[in-house]
Amino acid sequence: MDVEAARMVGAGLAVFALAGVGLGIGLIFSALINAVGRNPAAKEQLFPIGILGFALTEAVALFALLIAFLILFK
Amino acid sequence: MHDPLHQFEVHRLFSFSLGGVDLSFTNSALYMVLGVLLAAVFLLGGVRRAQTIPGRWQGGVEMIYDYLSTVLEGTTGFKGRPYFPFIMTLFLFVLMGNLLGMVPYSFTFTSQIIVTFGLAMMAFGLCTLIGFWKHGFHYFSLFVPQGAPIYMLPLIVPIEILSYLSRPVSLAIRLFANMMAGHTMLKVFAGFTVTLGIYGLAPLCVNTILTAFEILVALLQAYVFTILTCIYLRDALYLH
Repeated sequence: MDVEAARMVGAGLAVFALAGVGLGIGLIFSALINAVGRNPAAKEQLFPIGILGFALTEAVALFALLIAFLILFK
Repeated sequence: MHDPLHQFEVHRLFSFSLGGVDLSFTNSALYMVLGVLLAAVFLLGGVRRAQTIPGRWQGGVEMIYDYLSTVLEGTTGFKGRPYFPFIMTLFLFVLMGNLLGMVPYSFTFTSQIIVTFGLAMMAFGLCTLIGFWKHGFHYFSLFVPQGAPIYMLPLIVPIEILSYLSRPVSLAIRLFANMMAGHTMLKVFAGFTVTLGIYGLAPLCVNTILTAFEILVALLQAYVFTILTCIYLRDALYLH
């Protein structure tokens, strides 16, 4: 197979991991909204934890994207 | 048309070599100096002629100080107070790096893996050294979670060690990949805008929204780097 073609296929496969990350981020914010809905006074307490969880999950997305870019452009 | 990764190239501005080691002043170094100067001007200018009832500038400086102080004290409690200057410097350095990169035609020094790895190793190294200094060899009890049954230890301890050693790596890659991916996306959509002519309006709108999102990510990533360093510091100081 042509190297360029193999690169494209590899990059496409690498971004499959983002499905899991999308699910994960949805779960985090669903939990956050649920919690704030039950107890609106806890919003300032819970929001930083939610943002921290979001950023940690996003990091995994970016690990996958990093591999995809490395495959595509190196 | 440049490829999207051309913007991350480091150029020498003043070549300077000392005993075979290349110490030239690069565009990355220029933006680091600029970031530090901006932060210094902002902080020092705000508390010049400080008043009991702050004006806007002093209020801004106090807001940042208070926010970081709350973050540090919420995570590390009383024992973490001496490390506040380090945390504030780390936060402002990463924040300035991320935000300066949002200026068009500038260089994001936090999108260089070596820069973020240096910062992450410094934070991780500091936490490890503090752990050994305060607890001696008892610091290794960090790898044995409380309440774990003794027969599971041969499985849990290697996993815990690996997860501990992956902390600087994940810190570095999180910041680096966020910055690099964001700026690469911006460059790709900008390329589309140019090549599509009149229909370039659509990628332009996407680029506008993406720029707003990237500014949010810049602030968020600085906050996440700082709060993770605070959490590692808490592990070092209190041994769960």
